[in-house]
Amino acid sequence: MLARRILLRLLQSIPTLAGVAVLTFVLVRVVPGDPVAMMIPPGADDAAVARLYAMYGLDKTISQQFLIWAGQALGGNFGISITTRQAVTGLIFSRLPATLELVTVAAFVAVALGVAMAVIGTRFAGRAGEVVVDGITGFFLAVPDFLWGLAFIVVFGVLLPLLPISGRADPTQASGLSTEFTLIESFVRFRWGITTDVLAHMAMPAVALALPLAAMIARVLKSSLAEQMGQDYALLSRVKGFSRWHVILAEALRNAAIPTVSLTGVQVTFLVGGTVLIEKIFSYPGIGSLAIDAVINRDLPLIQGLILTFAVIFILINLALDLSYAALDPRLRHG
Amino acid sequence: MNLTRRGLVAGGVSLATATSLMPLRAARADGGTVTIAYNVGLPAWDPTVGPSAVNPTIQAIYQSVFDQYIGQNPDLSFTGGLVEKWGWNDAATGIWMDVRAGAFWHDGSAVTPEDVVWSLTRAGDPKGGNPIQFIWGNLSNFKVNGQRVTADAKQYDPALFKWMAFLTGYVLPKAYFEKVGPEGFEKAPIGSGPYMVDAFERNAFLRLKANPKYWGGKPAIDTVVFKFVTDASARVAEIESGSSDVTLEIPYEEFDRLKKKAGLVGVTTPVSDIGMIFITNVDPAMLDANVRHAMVKSVDKKLLVDKLLRGYGVPIDTLEAPQYEAYDPSIKTPYDPTGAAKLLAASGYSKDKPVKFSIQTTRGFKPKDYEMIQAIVGMWRKVGIEASIEVYEIAKHYELRAGHKLDPAAFYNWGNAIGDPTTSTGFAMFGPQPNSAWKSKDVDALIGPLWGEKDEAKRIAGWKAVDKYVAENALVLPLLQYVQPIVHKKGLKVVPSVSGALLPSRFSRA
Repeated sequence: MLARRILLRLLQSIPTLAGVAVLTFVLVRVVPGDPVAMMIPPGADDAAVARLYAMYGLDKTISQQFLIWAGQALGGNFGISITTRQAVTGLIFSRLPATLELVTVAAFVAVALGVAMAVIGTRFAGRAGEVVVDGITGFFLAVPDFLWGLAFIVVFGVLLPLLPISGRADPTQASGLSTEFTLIESFVRFRWGITTDVLAHMAMPAVALALPLAAMIARVLKSSLAEQMGQDYALLSRVKGFSRWHVILAEALRNAAIPTVSLTGVQVTFLVGGTVLIEKIFSYPGIGSLAIDAVINRDLPLIQGLILTFAVIFILINLALDLSYAALDPRLRHG
Repeated sequence: MNLTRRGLVAGGVSLATATSLMPLRAARADGGTVTIAYNVGLPAWDPTVGPSAVNPTIQAIYQSVFDQYIGQNPDLSFTGGLVEKWGWNDAATGIWMDVRAGAFWHDGSAVTPEDVVWSLTRAGDPKGGNPIQFIWGNLSNFKVNGQRVTADAKQYDPALFKWMAFLTGYVLPKAYFEKVGPEGFEKAPIGSGPYMVDAFERNAFLRLKANPKYWGGKPAIDTVVFKFVTDASARVAEIESGSSDVTLEIPYEEFDRLKKKAGLVGVTTPVSDIGMIFITNVDPAMLDANVRHAMVKSVDKKLLVDKLLRGYGVPIDTLEAPQYEAYDPSIKTPYDPTGAAKLLAASGYSKDKPVKFSIQTTRGFKPKDYEMIQAIVGMWRKVGIEASIEVYEIAKHYELRAGHKLDPAAFYNWGNAIGDPTTSTGFAMFGPQPNSAWKSKDVDALIGPLWGEKDEAKRIAGWKAVDKYVAENALVLPLLQYVQPIVHKKGLKVVPSVSGALLPSRFSRA
């Protein structure tokens, strides 16, 4: 049943991806600026320029270019990056783990912080504690992630300085790892030095990404918790003598979680998009910074591949969300 | 809840404690390691193919790993590279080059004249993807005799050897490249330069080790790390926190602040990069010489440099910077707003009835580019010119310029790391070139004969005459020569280059 549902959702995503592919392909070619114009050196004559256009296949019509690209893409070949001259697929797969690890850590921090703030705010509802929590969440929401990033660089990178400012790992040290999932692999292989180093590099960008999301989670969850705390079962528990902490954590939290999970899922997709700026600020080598470079250099095959990658990530996150609803709500699980 | 709170606090303290030592360890300029917070990433390793090959900012990295045919000193003068001596034959129909003996590739094999021939042949192949193929394709019929390489030239090109120290002018290892192929070369590049690639993570960092067998002697710094930090504020933080030892291309305000800090040193040098405004002869207003002259006369370049760039810039009157070969200090286009207003009045324009056109500019691509154009538009407004500003991306500029579709005025920066007039005034003003914006037969007639002029003194004099003609007719608006700011830790000696290439092989311990 579950497998069938997953399969159905994946089949439904095919037209979505096809639409994204067509739209992206056309858009990146009609906006001004092309990669060949950017590499025309001083002294190039018209023949030299024409040769470059032909070399990159840009002398053909957009429809011809698309058919060629689509034919190759169906075979798993998404082209060669113009600026790096590497296969787009390999390039993206080499950078995707860094972004996935960053987003995962950021999501973890956001959920932990958001839930903590919501629970504290609910526990101290109507008292000074709630005002403090509301104030903090408002502040977290008002400041965008990239500003948090810049502030962290100043405070934790320069003034204190506690954390490294750029990159994903100490470039003076050899990692000796075999995959790009540096955090996971180093953890699994008990290479704690590398794990600590990677976490240190990830701390500022991850928390910068996490704070606005944490605030959203806190607000939605706190609202749901307030509703649940007014329900008969919660009142009954209180009458039975259970503490407020107990009722919130052991009884109300699970029931209040569904709208929060929904929100978190949607926001995590935005978190992936948010990595573009954050990775740029922290020179973090994920697909976000790769995307910025691709756009600046008008690396058309790479832009195409990256947007499709983002689309696939969004689809998978949404699929995971649907499945998590079922896990949390027995009514959905049993039809 | 107590547990959770305690856990959170404990976790935070643990993380801070665990990570607090990391940046300090990286910050130490221990032994022979120097970390550079560099302003661009390295997309690809082959320095002769693709967009990276013509990106001037990346050349410092390429020049650290690969040797050029001909080398260049910090003042733009030329020196022996893998080619020790060079010249044209007496009839100027071909060239000769003496390849350096005793140079080695990073895999230990010797650099041979065949490597030079193979590199030049590959560069000149129309299907090879070298963006400068139109220069290298001039050579054919290579012959090797001992260490000497000769070749026929389709036409005399006075700047040919200068190109050998410029974009794509690199010698690559024939045997190794053929063995591993282009993809293998990208994964494990080797050159014959002062540094060898030790580790490379795209868009993150590049770690280089000194080449102990370098023909020019082992570099003073054993290990060099290029951290690719493309955000200027992050580069400032890198040097200020001590995480990096050197950085460059930071805002001048930050440069002035950082150079006063204990432990840091700031150095500047004018570089071979100028800011200019292209004038495109597509708009009727630009065909009016009075309007063009008024545009030039009404811009106070010194004020722009002093107020916007904090003095870090050199006002210029032609497309030749003072270090370029055809620089002529006698050509002047003085600031004269009164004269500008009179010229406009002669064409029927005034502050009440201004001449109107648009000007394009980048924003943030070069220091204060947009602010500079805003200031210029303000200066123009005072004399009777009303220009509307359009901000565009640099990619759009290239496309529009190649299609001769730029707005009547367009801001741009023009680099010329070999200082030859062909690669500044020549390509910027010669009509048949896709890079020129002002296309006119009178200028082309002046430039045309200079491309193949064999008498060097006559050639340079000819280019000076072109610059004078361009200035007298206000066909372009040169603004300033940029100054490159570099900040480094005390105890390190950094030699800046007019070409703008920050070469670690020129670093040493002070």
